Amino acid sequence: MSGDTIDIVSRRAVLAGSGALVFSFAVAPHGLAQDAAAPPAAAPAPPPPLPGSLKQAPFLDSWIRIDAGGAITVCTGKAELGQGIKTALLQIAAEQLGADFGALKLVTADTAVTLNEGYTAGSHSLQDSGTAILNAAAQVRQILIGEAARRFGVPAEQLKTQSAAVIAPDGRRFGYGELVSAELIHVAAAPQSPLQAPADYKIMGQPVRRIDIPAKVTGGAAYVQDLRLEGMVHGRTVRPPSYGATLIDVDSAAVGKMPGVLKIVRDGSFLGVIAEREFQAIEAMRALAAGARWQETAQLPDAEKLPALLTSLPARDIKVLDRPGSGAGANTNNGSAKTLSATYTRPYVAHGSIGPSCAVALFQGDGLTVWSHTQGVYPDRDAIAEMLRMPKDKVRLIHAEGAGCYGHNGADDAAADAALLARALPGRPVRLQWTREQEHAWEPYGPAMVVKVSATTDDAGRNIVDWDYALWSNTHSMRPGGAGSLIAAQSLANPFAAPPPRPIPMPEGGGDRNSIPLYKFPAARVINHFLPDMPVRVSALRALGGYMNVFVIESFMDELALAAGADPVEFRLRHLDDPRAKDVISTAAQRFGWTERKPPVPPGRGYGFAFARYKNLAAYCAIACEVEVDHGSGRPRMVRAVAAVDSGQVVNPDGIKNQIEGAILQSMSWTLFESVTNDGRRITSIDWASYPILRFSAVPDSVEVHVINRPGLPFLGSGEAGQGPAAAAIANGIADATGHRFRDLPLTRERIKAAIGV
Amino acid sequence: MRAKTLAIVVCLVLALGGGVLAFAAWHPAIAPIAPPAPASFDPALVKRGAALAAVGDCAGCHTGPGGRDLAGGVAIPTPFGTVYSTNITPDSETGIGAWSEAAFQRAMSRGVRRDGALLYPAFPYDHFMLVSNDDDRALYAFLMTRPPVHTVAPGNELRFPLNHRFVVAGWNLLFLRSGPPAAYATHDASFVRGEYLVEGLAHCGACHTPRNAFGAEKASESFAGATIGGWTAYALNGASPAAVPWTAEALYQYLRNGFEPEHGTARGPMADVIADLSGATDNDIRAIASYVAGQMGKAAERKSVLQQGESQAERGRWVAATSADSQAVHHRVGGAVGNRNDEGAAIYASTCAGCHEGPRAMPFGGIDLALSSAVRGPSADNLLNIVLHGVPAAAASRRPIMPGFANALDDNQLGALVRYLRAGFTDEEAWTGIEAAVQAARGAEREVTIGYAARQAGE
Amino acid sequence: MMNLKVNNQPYNVDADPRTPLLYVLRDDLKLNAAKFGCGLGQCGACTVLVDGKPVFSCVTPIALLAGKNITTVEGLGTAQEPAPTQRAFIELQAAQCGYCIPGMMMRAQALLQANPHASDAEIRAALEPHLCRCGTHMRILRAVRRAQELMKTAQTGDAR
Repeated sequence: MSGDTIDIVSRRAVLAGSGALVFSFAVAPHGLAQDAAAPPAAAPAPPPPLPGSLKQAPFLDSWIRIDAGGAITVCTGKAELGQGIKTALLQIAAEQLGADFGALKLVTADTAVTLNEGYTAGSHSLQDSGTAILNAAAQVRQILIGEAARRFGVPAEQLKTQSAAVIAPDGRRFGYGELVSAELIHVAAAPQSPLQAPADYKIMGQPVRRIDIPAKVTGGAAYVQDLRLEGMVHGRTVRPPSYGATLIDVDSAAVGKMPGVLKIVRDGSFLGVIAEREFQAIEAMRALAAGARWQETAQLPDAEKLPALLTSLPARDIKVLDRPGSGAGANTNNGSAKTLSATYTRPYVAHGSIGPSCAVALFQGDGLTVWSHTQGVYPDRDAIAEMLRMPKDKVRLIHAEGAGCYGHNGADDAAADAALLARALPGRPVRLQWTREQEHAWEPYGPAMVVKVSATTDDAGRNIVDWDYALWSNTHSMRPGGAGSLIAAQSLANPFAAPPPRPIPMPEGGGDRNSIPLYKFPAARVINHFLPDMPVRVSALRALGGYMNVFVIESFMDELALAAGADPVEFRLRHLDDPRAKDVISTAAQRFGWTERKPPVPPGRGYGFAFARYKNLAAYCAIACEVEVDHGSGRPRMVRAVAAVDSGQVVNPDGIKNQIEGAILQSMSWTLFESVTNDGRRITSIDWASYPILRFSAVPDSVEVHVINRPGLPFLGSGEAGQGPAAAAIANGIADATGHRFRDLPLTRERIKAAIGV
Repeated sequence: MRAKTLAIVVCLVLALGGGVLAFAAWHPAIAPIAPPAPASFDPALVKRGAALAAVGDCAGCHTGPGGRDLAGGVAIPTPFGTVYSTNITPDSETGIGAWSEAAFQRAMSRGVRRDGALLYPAFPYDHFMLVSNDDDRALYAFLMTRPPVHTVAPGNELRFPLNHRFVVAGWNLLFLRSGPPAAYATHDASFVRGEYLVEGLAHCGACHTPRNAFGAEKASESFAGATIGGWTAYALNGASPAAVPWTAEALYQYLRNGFEPEHGTARGPMADVIADLSGATDNDIRAIASYVAGQMGKAAERKSVLQQGESQAERGRWVAATSADSQAVHHRVGGAVGNRNDEGAAIYASTCAGCHEGPRAMPFGGIDLALSSAVRGPSADNLLNIVLHGVPAAAASRRPIMPGFANALDDNQLGALVRYLRAGFTDEEAWTGIEAAVQAARGAEREVTIGYAARQAGE
Repeated sequence: MMNLKVNNQPYNVDADPRTPLLYVLRDDLKLNAAKFGCGLGQCGACTVLVDGKPVFSCVTPIALLAGKNITTVEGLGTAQEPAPTQRAFIELQAAQCGYCIPGMMMRAQALLQANPHASDAEIRAALEPHLCRCGTHMRILRAVRRAQELMKTAQTGDAR
């Protein structure tokens, strides 16, 4: 987006220029373009896999488009969520293309324009899209150099690029726009790319300022909430008081006569209203809600009894890890081998996006366009098309930024709501805004979990030799789920059934994400008791199972270290082989002053440490923190935190720091304060009073993040790497401060006070 | 009588009076002790002491905002100047670490410091003298096991002659009642316990009973209500302004949870009291509630604003518990429809009704103002404080949040609103002096909370 | 019809006087900065200034605002000529999703205008009514301190 308008790049506009690029996204190519003409021989060896999302979209011009005038557009199927990827992806493209950062334009997720990169989730943006752009840009540059070499009659090795031009030794230059033609880069990527050497990086690795921040602090249009289309009207839905409630009747006659009301939409139990002005829509919504009668049937679990319920629900057991060990030395059990066991629990936790979900939809002719902050425009498009019984190619979903979503919040549903209202008023764009209460009550939460873990140390008490880990959890993702995963579709007169929940397979995992410790335990078993029954609506919340599993593993490691009389940092290092893991641990400890923290410790203070590699595949993160517990009230407070993170090749170090700082504070809020509440039938944590989160009074004195750059190594997703380690570091700090171990989240003041007594 | 005889008689009377005063004022010092080791106290006794300290709300005066627990330094305004609360942590130099149990008992029961000087009755020993020796022993155990804090409270700022402590002896002679309070014809153990606590350790009268010119509680107007720090402490006797008469159960809910659906949410200094009461036992809170309900007397029989057997839900204002669309606004049924052309009415309808006529359950929704004591009380102070400053958010606590309107409403609008609320929601006489009350409310930091409440809430 | 003065400009707004200011700013005046976060006065995302003092525009009906000066982020400066507070937030990259930031900025602006020497503790206390879900608090605090410095420099007339 630039300036005050939101640019919507259409296929037609791009095709309009001559010499411009024709683009298409052919999926699953048969092979490289140059092999297409070769006669089929004996079954060829499968080509090496293409890096990142090039697997899904191998044509270079799916990613980089250059028009005859030289304007360069970078395309990604990912979306800006506030994590700064717009800037990072442009840095990558600029570096590898040899173009100026400021001259590039970026188009993000749009079903009519960009390729399908699934969801912007799982910290995959740089790993998948960034890697694709890294390689595509480098290959495009190479092709352009080749073309210039042909035209100059100069060997390619003698040419250099600068500011989107190829320059010959004698100073002749061709701008990229002059070199490009329809066929030139409509080729499939090669598995290898001539990448710039990290040592030569000018833009990648630099803390380039984010391109979206200036508009956000000067009143520029930046969010889906800021969209204003000609003739736009305002919509609101009326949601029932509890899950699955049926609308018996609604007194809508009077509401229809309220000022500005254009339409009341009722389809089964779906109820909404459209009005000319926003406040008119709000008042009409309130009046409709007051006049609606619902049949409620929901039964929600008692928070106190939730862990017992979870471990008693029918489960599908998934064996995540079965490392039987060598047998010898593991269970000698001749006295000094100790076995420790513990049970940890987590409640439902809300995304709590600061801006309730919003979407704008326009039905025109036989097509529907929806602007949404969904993390996945393609799957949401598919679901909405299914709900409306429209062909997919008649529904277009364009990503427009929302407030931070941290996973699957109300965005997808708000898009569906907007679509239903827009269909009732064709020709008028309908802006559908969820209320705060709707966002709090209807978003799918991070699932409650129970974990039972036990471990045995060897005779010397020094090393863990056996590890047994069992977790109970619902699915951590109800997407993609088709129409059945949309609340609106579930409430229509002809409803769509919610799809059966499915576990996300490892190595990514859902509830079992990060359930395999990175530590080298000779014998270890991890089992995921996958629970299909979901009394409360759940889906993906930042880090998924990684938050709870790292909280558990790292808390339990501290319990084991304490039992072994070992220093928590040294204990972890002892059990690790991975040098990058050891590096982040040592860096965090050293920068924190971990060894200097030994007594005297101020009263009420404690120190905690934790480490994890997100998904055992993505970024490494270690956090050391100092915690203070007020004895009189039991109130815990993180005083300071020092983190170290290894994200592979760093694209924007400030972006990584921002994400990790944010993860630490957000995780602290989840860990110390948050749990969704209900009264047996209805969700009762419906606003910031009834679901309090972190405020400035509880913010630490300082948070430092140290980024370890690994030039040339693959990008490692970092957006979720801090959640788990922060939780465990705080819990370990509280244990150190109070001498009590707390295993039930959230670690509230009341729980702490009850344990430490008077 | 001859002038000389008169002069002699006057001198003798003065000398006698001075002698009596000096005699009354003099107390021996009790020798300092080494601070007892915390481990020397029975944990069960310490725990009992903690629950009693919650009832006595020691933290309310002895823990300053942002200050260390019980380390004193809180300014307590009196008609005679400012008294600063002392450090009651077991620090031997600056706290009570050198106080023996006997010294502590004497302070509680006679208002005498360890060194023999008199304590100012800002420390409510006029109530604490009713606390039993056993309870004093438990309180002592609790205090002596707190972390010692080395800090000197600021000196008192009192006008002559009150800056001389012996003058307090005269105050004691005039106003200190001795002996137990009035007996009640009841065998209800909870009520009796409640009397013991309320008249003694909980010292409710210290805020809820009006004081005379010498700052002493007026014994004949027990629980008739008073103002403290710009807030009205409502009458707890027959003059209770509550729209729905308090029952013991309702009082228990209020004291335990900080709110009660038919009465509202505690604000101002009472919010701190209730926050500290969270450490008290359930039995003791029930006992207090029982006794206070008994004081309501005639007020308990008054006609409730709610109709016979009518619940809030039936009034159409509270649509059961929280609904996801809980901002549905019901237009008022009866009550303050009033004159909708009134500026105050317009302000209410546009600014307040959205929450205060909404269906959200208490404590998170705004209370129906017909039920609010703030609108019915003797002055506009509490209402003004709440409208100006709202109910601030707290990081860690589930508690209501109300925005303040100090910056949105100018003085005229504030006055109009307050007048409208009084006229529209009550049958009480109009308040006078609203302009002055507005000025006073604007000028003061009324929303500042002190003590545990602030710290518990992370403020 | 109501006359409102926003960022020193008079406007004639045809809206129900009970309409909260937030919707008038956004929908009628097309100003983007103040945001809908809760509509309940709990999160601060809608904060604007009325006569220099912060209010939650989501619970402030325009009926209250005749003759009063309303200031939004747009009234502080532009992307081409940002005000000290805006410069500070850009310089410190004090945003993740950025949704809460305009509210923070207006609260900070009011604080620093009234109390140019506000301490760290006072800054924290002033921001207590504001929520940030992304956890950008540390940067926001640094940005407010930076804004304080920039405002002092601007006042003393030193070159920026």
